[in-house]
Amino acid sequence: MDVTATTVIGILIYLAAAPVVGGLLTGADRIVSARMQGRYGPPLLQPFYDVLKLWQKENIVVNRQQKVYILGFFVFVIITGCIMFGGGDLLLAVFALTLASVFLIVAAYSTFSPYAHIGAEREMIQMVSYEPMVILTVVGMYMATGSFSAADIARHDGMLFLHLPFIFLGFLFILTIKFRKSPFDISMSHHAHQEIVRGLTTEFSGRDLALIEIAHWYENVFLLGLIYLFFAPVPVVAVAVTLAAYFLEVFIDNNNARLKWQHALGSSWAVTLVLGVSNVVLLAFR
Amino acid sequence: MSFLPKSPWLVHYDASSCNGCDIEVLACLTPVYDVERFGVLNIGNPKHADIFVVTGSVNEQNKAVIKNIYDQMAEPKVVVAIGACATSGGVFRECYNVSGGVDTVIPVDVYVPGCAARPEAIIDGVVLGLGVLEAKYGEKGKVAS
Amino acid sequence: MQALLLFLILFPAAVAFLLLATPKGRARQTVVSVSAAVIAAASIILAALVLSRGAPVYFAVGGHAADLLIFAAEVALGVIVTVISIRRKQYLAMALMLAGLIMTVVYEVWLANTVHAESNLFADNLSVVMTLIIGVIGSLIAFFALGYMEEYHHHHEDVPDRSNFFFFIVFAFLGAMNGLIFANNLVWLFFFWEVTTFCSFFLIGYGRDALAVRNSFLALKLNLCGGLAFSAALFFLTLNAHAISLSELHDLPGGAVLLPVALLAFAGLTKSAQMPFSSWLLGAMVAPTPVSALLHSSTMVKAGVYLVIRLSPVFAYVDGGKTVGLFVALVGAVTFLLTSCMAISQNDAKRVLAYSTIANLGLIIVCAGIGNHKLAWAAVMLVIFHAIAKSLLFLSVGTAEHLIGSRQIESMDGLAGYLPRVAAGMVVGIAGMFLAPFGMLISKWATLEGLVDANPILTIFVAFGSAVTLMFWVKWLGKILIVKSAPENVETRVPRTQSLTLAVLSVMTAGVCVLFPLISKYVLEPFIFETYRQIYWQDMNNIATLLIMMATVVVLTVPLVFPGKQERHFRPQYLAGANLAEKEKFHGAMGQDIQISLKSLYLQGIFGESRLFPLGVLSTLILIIIMLGVVV
Repeated sequence: MDVTATTVIGILIYLAAAPVVGGLLTGADRIVSARMQGRYGPPLLQPFYDVLKLWQKENIVVNRQQKVYILGFFVFVIITGCIMFGGGDLLLAVFALTLASVFLIVAAYSTFSPYAHIGAEREMIQMVSYEPMVILTVVGMYMATGSFSAADIARHDGMLFLHLPFIFLGFLFILTIKFRKSPFDISMSHHAHQEIVRGLTTEFSGRDLALIEIAHWYENVFLLGLIYLFFAPVPVVAVAVTLAAYFLEVFIDNNNARLKWQHALGSSWAVTLVLGVSNVVLLAFR
Repeated sequence: MSFLPKSPWLVHYDASSCNGCDIEVLACLTPVYDVERFGVLNIGNPKHADIFVVTGSVNEQNKAVIKNIYDQMAEPKVVVAIGACATSGGVFRECYNVSGGVDTVIPVDVYVPGCAARPEAIIDGVVLGLGVLEAKYGEKGKVAS
Repeated sequence: MQALLLFLILFPAAVAFLLLATPKGRARQTVVSVSAAVIAAASIILAALVLSRGAPVYFAVGGHAADLLIFAAEVALGVIVTVISIRRKQYLAMALMLAGLIMTVVYEVWLANTVHAESNLFADNLSVVMTLIIGVIGSLIAFFALGYMEEYHHHHEDVPDRSNFFFFIVFAFLGAMNGLIFANNLVWLFFFWEVTTFCSFFLIGYGRDALAVRNSFLALKLNLCGGLAFSAALFFLTLNAHAISLSELHDLPGGAVLLPVALLAFAGLTKSAQMPFSSWLLGAMVAPTPVSALLHSSTMVKAGVYLVIRLSPVFAYVDGGKTVGLFVALVGAVTFLLTSCMAISQNDAKRVLAYSTIANLGLIIVCAGIGNHKLAWAAVMLVIFHAIAKSLLFLSVGTAEHLIGSRQIESMDGLAGYLPRVAAGMVVGIAGMFLAPFGMLISKWATLEGLVDANPILTIFVAFGSAVTLMFWVKWLGKILIVKSAPENVETRVPRTQSLTLAVLSVMTAGVCVLFPLISKYVLEPFIFETYRQIYWQDMNNIATLLIMMATVVVLTVPLVFPGKQERHFRPQYLAGANLAEKEKFHGAMGQDIQISLKSLYLQGIFGESRLFPLGVLSTLILIIIMLGVVV
C-alpha cells in the first residue's frame, strides 16, 4: 500500500472512529467516576445521548459571531487529528491544535460575559502551562527517531518510551490539563457548581455546545494517539498503556480538588523543566 | 425521536427556601438516589439546562432573577416547582414581600408538594417534567439552530 | 543595475533634502507620494533584475574620491551630533561620539590606504529581500505618516511642528538603509550604520520634551557602543587580515577574523535591541507611531539582524560555531524568552509590540547564530514576515490611538465593532505574528526543526518562549473581537492615507503567507544554496496542509464579516440572573446598576518587568562578556 492510500485510510478511520471511541471513553469515565464515588452511574452511551439532546435544543447565542469561532475550533481540532492519523508532521499538528484552542478562547471572549471571560483567561494560562511540554514531547520524538512525521515515528523500530521515559511522564502530567481533569480543570469543568459557572462554555448552548463536546472527543483521541506513539512497536502494550493513561487521569480527577491557576502554571512548568528538559539534554548528549 | 428525556440537565435556583428542599434536591445526586443513572446532571447554568428546578417562595427581590434565568434557558424547557413554598408560597404566602409561588412569575409545568419535598417526590416530579419536555419538543417540531 | 542601485541610495537622500524645503500641505503630499512610489518601484525592479541573474552581483563603483566624501560626511555628522550632545549636557554621549570620531579619523589617516575593497557595493538575494522591505514597507510608512503627522500635531499642540525635518530624516533613513544593505566595503557599511543611528536618534527625539530627549540619548549611547565595536572590528580586520569586504570574510583564516566577527556581532546585537541593550527600543516608543513602525519593521533593528545574518556562515566557519555563534544564539534565546514573558505584563499596545519585536529579533539572532541552512532560511523568513506584520500592527495601533484617545489594550474592547477595518488590520497582523498556519509560525516551525538538528538545548527556550507568546497575543486578539451591543461605527474618521496603507499592508501580510512557497523557491533557496551549498525545503505534504488550513480560515472569515440575516435566538450574557433590561448591565449586590467591564490578566507578579528585566540584562551581559573574553 502506498503512502497516499494509508494516509487517506488513516484520516477516514480517524474521522469515523474518533468520536465513537472518544464518546465511549467519556461514558466509561463517567461510570468509573460514579463507582469511585459509590454510585451506579449513567449508561455507557450517556455522552451520546447528551450530544444528541443538545443537537435538538435551541441554539441561543449572545452574538452572531460566536458560532463561527466554535465551528473554527471544531474544524481545527479535526484537522489536528487528521494531520497525525494521516501520518503528517506532528509539529504542525500541535500548531493546528493551538489554533483550535485560540478559536475557542476568542469565541468565549466575543461573548463579553464575565464568566466566559475568566474561563478564557484561565484557558490561556492552561495553554501557557502545557504548550512547552507538548512541544518538547514532539521535539523528543524527533530526537529519538529523526523525523517529525507521525508515520515515520510509528514505524520506528525501537520503543520510543525507552528513549523518552521522562518526557512520557511529563506528558502524562500535562494530559491532566488537556483532558480538563481536576486538579487542573480551571477553565471549565464537566462537574457542576464551579465558581465561574461553566467557565469558557457558559454562553454556548445547543448545537454549539454539542460541537464543543464532539471536538473534545476528537481531541482526546488525538492526545491518546500521542501516548500510543510512545509504545507503537508493540500494539498490545500501546493500547493497554493508552487506556491505562486515560483511567489514571480519571483516577487523579476523582482524588483531587481543583487548584488555583498559579499552581497549574507553576507545577507544569516545573515538571517540564525537570522531566522534559532533562530528557532532551540526555538525548542531546547521548 | 427526541433525546431530551435521556439527558435532562437541571438548573437549580433557591428563591427564598429554608434550604430544606435544596438539601433534598442535592440528596437526589448522592449515592442513595444517584439520579445520574438517568442522565440527570445538575448543570448550574441556565443556558445549558433543560429543567428549571425552583425551591422557595417568590419575593420582590428575586422575581427578576427567576424571570431572567427562565428567559436564558434554551427551548424546549420545563419548570419544576419544588416544595410547598415554590408551589404556592407556603407559610410565607401572606408575607408583605412575598408574591406567592413560582407560577406568579413564570409558567410552571410540574408542582412537587411537600415540606420539605422528599427526594422520591422530587425525582418523580422531574420524571413527569420529562414527559412535558418531550411533548413540548413534539409541538415545536425541530428547533432551528 | 549599478545605476539603479546607486539610485536607491541617493534618490531618497535627494528627496530628503527636497522635503526640507517643501511646505506642508499639497506640495509635500505630492512629493512624498510620488517619491515613495518611485522608491518602491525601483526596489521592485532591482529585485527582479537581481533575481533573474541568480547570482550575487558586485560593483566596483566609487574610488578614492567617494571614500573621501564618505569620510567627510561621517566626520561632519559626528561633529553635529557631538555639538548637540554638548548642548544637551549629555557628556557620556559626547564622550562616546568623540571616541568614535577619533577612531574614524585615525583609521582614515593610518589604515584606510593599506587595504582596498575589490567592490564597494553588491547585491544578492538577501539584499533583495531587504531592499524590498525598505523600499515597499518603508515607503508605505512614509506615505502613512503624511496624514498621521498632521493629526499628531493636532493632538499634541505642545510639540513644535518640525514635520519638514521629520520627513527629511525619514527619507534619509531609507537611503541609508539601502546603502547599508548594498555595501560590501565594511567602511562604507559602517558609515551607513552610523547614519541610521543618528537618524533614529533624531526621530526618537522629535517631540523635544524631557522624556523624548532622554530616550533619544539612550538610543544614541547604546548604539554608539555598537558603533565603537564596529569601528574596532574595522581596525582588527585591517591589521590582522588585510581585508575590508564583507564578501571576503569567508575566505580569511579563522584566527584572524574571530575577534572582528565577534565585535561585529556585538554591534549587531546593540542595533537589533537584544538584551542587555533592549531599553533603547522600548524608550523609542515616545516618538510618533510611524517612527516606531519604521524602527521596528523596515529599518534600524533590521539592520542589526541583517548584519548578524550576513555573519552567520562566518560563525560556523571561524571556530565551528562553538564560541561566537553559540553565545550570540544564547543571547538571542534568553532575549526571546524573557521579552516574550514581559510582553504579557504590558497593557500599552505599543509596548507589547516593542517587546514582541525584541523577542522576534531574538529568535532571528538564534537562527543566525547557529546558522545551518534550515535556520538561515528560517531567519530570512522571520525577517520578511515580521517586517510586514509589525508595520501593519504599529500603524493600526497608531490609527486607533488617534480615534479612541488611548493605546491601552484595555481600552480596545470591541474595537472590531466600531473600527472594523482598523481592527481587521490588527487581527491580520496578530494572526500573522503567532498563529498557525500564518507567517511567523511557518518560520518558527522551521526554527524548531533546524534547532533540533543543531542544538536541541536551544529548542527549550523556543518551546517556553512560544508558549508565552501565545498568551499576550491571544488576550489582545480576544479584546479586539469582543462583540458589544450596537456600537457606533467611527471608521469614517480615519484619514484616507492611513486606511489605504493599512489595507495594502493587510493584503501584503496575507499575500506573503499564501505565497511563501514561491518566495522560498525563487528568493530564499538560491540564497541558501549559494551560501551553504545545501537545499532546504519543506515537505510538499506539509505545504499542502498549511494551504488547506489557510483556506479553512479564509472560509471561516466569510460568515464573520457577513453575518447574514438577523438572529432570532439572542439572549444576553449570563449574569447570575441579575441582568437588567438595558444590555450589558446588571443589578449589583449593593443595589446599584453596574455596567459589565472586563479586564485581562497581566500576571505582574510572575512576568513583571521589574522581576525579569534585571535578570535578562545580567544574564545576557555575562554571556557577552564570556563571548568576548573567550575570543580575546
